Amino acid sequence: MLEGVKNFDEKQQVGPTPVIEEGGKSMKMTARKVDFFYGSFQALHDISMDIEENRVTALIGPSGCGKSTFLRALNRMNDTIPNTRLTGEIFLDQTNIYTSVRDVSTIRTRVGMVFQKSNPFPKSIFDNVAFGLRVNGINDRDVIREAVEDTLKRAFLWEEVKDKLNVSAYMLSGGQQQRLCIARALAVRPEVLLMDEPASALDPISTSRIEDLIGELKKNYTIVIVTHNMQQAARISDYTAFFYEGRLIEFDITKTIFTKPSVKRTEDYITGRFG
Amino acid sequence: MNGYSFKKKFRFREFLGEKFIAANAMVALVAIALIFLFIFKEAIPILTNPDVQKEAGISRMVFKQQFYEGREAKWSWQPNSDVPKYSLIPLFIGTIKAALIAMLFAIPLGVGAAIYSSEFAPPRLREVIKPVIELLAGIPSVVLGFFALIVLASWLQNTLGLTYRLNALNAGIALGITVVPVIFTVAEDAMTAVPRSLRDAATALGANKWQVSFTMVLPAALPGIAAGFVLGFGRAIGETMIVLMASGNAAIVSASLTDSIRTFSATIAAEMAEVVFGSPHYNVLFFIGTLLFAITFLTNLGGDFILTRLRERIQGRTR
Amino acid sequence: MNTNTTLEPLIFKPKSSGLVPRSLTLAAVLLIILILAVILINIFLGGFRTIDWTFLTHAPENGMESGGIFPAIFGTVAMVILMVIAVVPVGVLTAVYLHEYTRPDSLFTRLIRIAINNLAGVPSIVFGLFGLGFFVGFIGSGIDSTFYNSPRPVWGQPAIIWASLTLALLTLPVVIVSTEEALRVIPRELREASYALGATKLQTIIRIVIPQAMPGILTGAILGVSRGAGEVAPIMFTGAAYYLPHLPTGLNDQFMVLGYHVYVMATQSPNMEVTRPILYGTVLVLLLLTILLNVVAILIRSRIRSRRVYA
Repeated sequence: MLEGVKNFDEKQQVGPTPVIEEGGKSMKMTARKVDFFYGSFQALHDISMDIEENRVTALIGPSGCGKSTFLRALNRMNDTIPNTRLTGEIFLDQTNIYTSVRDVSTIRTRVGMVFQKSNPFPKSIFDNVAFGLRVNGINDRDVIREAVEDTLKRAFLWEEVKDKLNVSAYMLSGGQQQRLCIARALAVRPEVLLMDEPASALDPISTSRIEDLIGELKKNYTIVIVTHNMQQAARISDYTAFFYEGRLIEFDITKTIFTKPSVKRTEDYITGRFG
Repeated sequence: MNGYSFKKKFRFREFLGEKFIAANAMVALVAIALIFLFIFKEAIPILTNPDVQKEAGISRMVFKQQFYEGREAKWSWQPNSDVPKYSLIPLFIGTIKAALIAMLFAIPLGVGAAIYSSEFAPPRLREVIKPVIELLAGIPSVVLGFFALIVLASWLQNTLGLTYRLNALNAGIALGITVVPVIFTVAEDAMTAVPRSLRDAATALGANKWQVSFTMVLPAALPGIAAGFVLGFGRAIGETMIVLMASGNAAIVSASLTDSIRTFSATIAAEMAEVVFGSPHYNVLFFIGTLLFAITFLTNLGGDFILTRLRERIQGRTR
Repeated sequence: MNTNTTLEPLIFKPKSSGLVPRSLTLAAVLLIILILAVILINIFLGGFRTIDWTFLTHAPENGMESGGIFPAIFGTVAMVILMVIAVVPVGVLTAVYLHEYTRPDSLFTRLIRIAINNLAGVPSIVFGLFGLGFFVGFIGSGIDSTFYNSPRPVWGQPAIIWASLTLALLTLPVVIVSTEEALRVIPRELREASYALGATKLQTIIRIVIPQAMPGILTGAILGVSRGAGEVAPIMFTGAAYYLPHLPTGLNDQFMVLGYHVYVMATQSPNMEVTRPILYGTVLVLLLLTILLNVVAILIRSRIRSRRVYA
């Protein structure tokens, strides 16, 4: 396996116990009283939640409820949109990713993202996966080759592309492209993987493949997934958070949310009374 | 029925209308064909008429000729001497010199400004850069030629201590100024066309802003930038007024960039007025015109080809 | 911190911030702005003193050593008006045909587009040769031999009509591209509303589409005029002259024009010291004219683009 040493150039902030230990489980990421604004429009109100390590946490809710905004806040992708503002705290392990970090790109190597519509670069399959490594300073050819093979295997794509790594990524089918994007994200060895409706643009067979993949991935990564497909959330997630109009209405073990939700609005959404 | 008596819409009128509009659309096509036809028509005697070929055949235009006994063979363009000389080589060398200097000048400026505008500039500055470039593009070439003739030539001569005031460097720089907008526009379009989703993907992998530009956007836009080079080069080859006014118009064969030159286009412009209709000289000038047409036709085709391939590459999700 | 079972984070090297490329490319921008400024300022300073009412309204005197440039202005305007009459209808209808009637991938469309792109790239001197060979030598001579019986050519000689038609061909791509851009902006719903009321395609085009596209058509016309007013090579042999004793009175007359005037005066003037101010003044007039037209066109175009969101 590849070796490496943690080498992050930022101040570690040990604040007022941001890490919640609940009976031995450790929280990989924690949000505390997060508000988010697009200009003067408030998209998130007072969101507080914990994301447990090596589990799949699903964010569900109707369109425009803020779940994607919250997801993007977890790796500060919202920073690329002008005129946005976040108040509150978001922790990755001990570190407040908004205040304790000098270079925001280091966050993104620890918290990776897979997008709704697959977006491979106009490069070869190999170069797509290698991109994250190269851009972060790793240029050793052997290291890269091993990493490419390793992550393509983790994404259940290796067998299908191992003979055509130099082919343009656009030659792959939609489902394959999405798995490629997952492999690409995994190459930089993130600890958390954020997935924004990763299978919504795919056919049912590809979708179930992605879902199997997520089930495997959670053994080594912490996964947060936004989905509008409630059956999917029920199938693959351990925890579910229900968002509505920018507020976190209910957050609990998935089984509970889908069988005995505590809040009526959750129940209404689950049963399809709106949304 | 709805109570009004609407006039019947005559299908014939529709048909005529469409045909009339289509006929107008054919004008561009017909024009290109006619241009080639009429230029080539007056150049054909070079290829077919033996009397003309004795004086100005292809081999005479390309290879060194010995015109006088005892003197060495050389490439010489002197159509108006007692022994007319029609070598195209001095003109070719002059054209290439001017075009190369123009590209060397225009590429760093054009591509550099395009990169800044597309990747670094705050939006308000971008709104300033584009009109500046458009303004530059709007300056008539005769004005630039005037500026090169009167101002630039003196400045260059004083600064660099040149022998000849009007030379390849002078014309080349002024040519470069006209080519900058071409390169800038094509390169900038190519870079801003890279979709936001790809930029987001690169950012999410930990690339900082400059890395996204350098490792993702620029390589993706490279074909577009190359197309800009091709189109700019075609422009530099065909430009007339600037070289006519600023290059010294001397058809000599030399490697120096500070000697005077004469280009294909300037030759036509300078000599067409006094040429005898139907003479070999006349045919040769039209032959040069055909050459210019062919070169720019090819560079345009090449540039367009690269651009359409680029578009497919960026947006082409096959399957 | 709990680590994953088999994976360790990787060593990442520090990144270049892109400061050097940023400075270099900014330098390119500034240099371009500097060049533009130098050219504009030099011409302005050299010529503004010469420009006054007399300069603009009187004919040249004393072998171009004094007087004004009115005939050149008149000739430029006349030529451009003829050019616009010829190019705008053809250009607009071409764009209409390409956008409203054809499929983008049909062979015919692609051929026309190739033709347009190439027309835009043909060197201006080649246009001049074509104007000479086709308009003057073929059409003009043809008219002469068919309708006239005089020893001296009537239409088969350099004339303002031929120069204008040559320029019309040169500026055709500009008008087409600008019109097409305007057509593209018109939302489909507008056309569909017209069809839904029973209008035919032709009626929709004439009554709805073209009026909506007017700003874009106007932009194209103005850009074409700006381009045509400054071109010299296409009209050198097809109608422009340096000194004429009178203004053109008919379509088959020669004419004076600003660009050609600058060229001849700059390269063939015997007494540079005396003609210098007039030369600069002429250049300034030409430059101001083209800049003004360009600015107006840019303004109209940005107004169109900001109105893009319909309703």
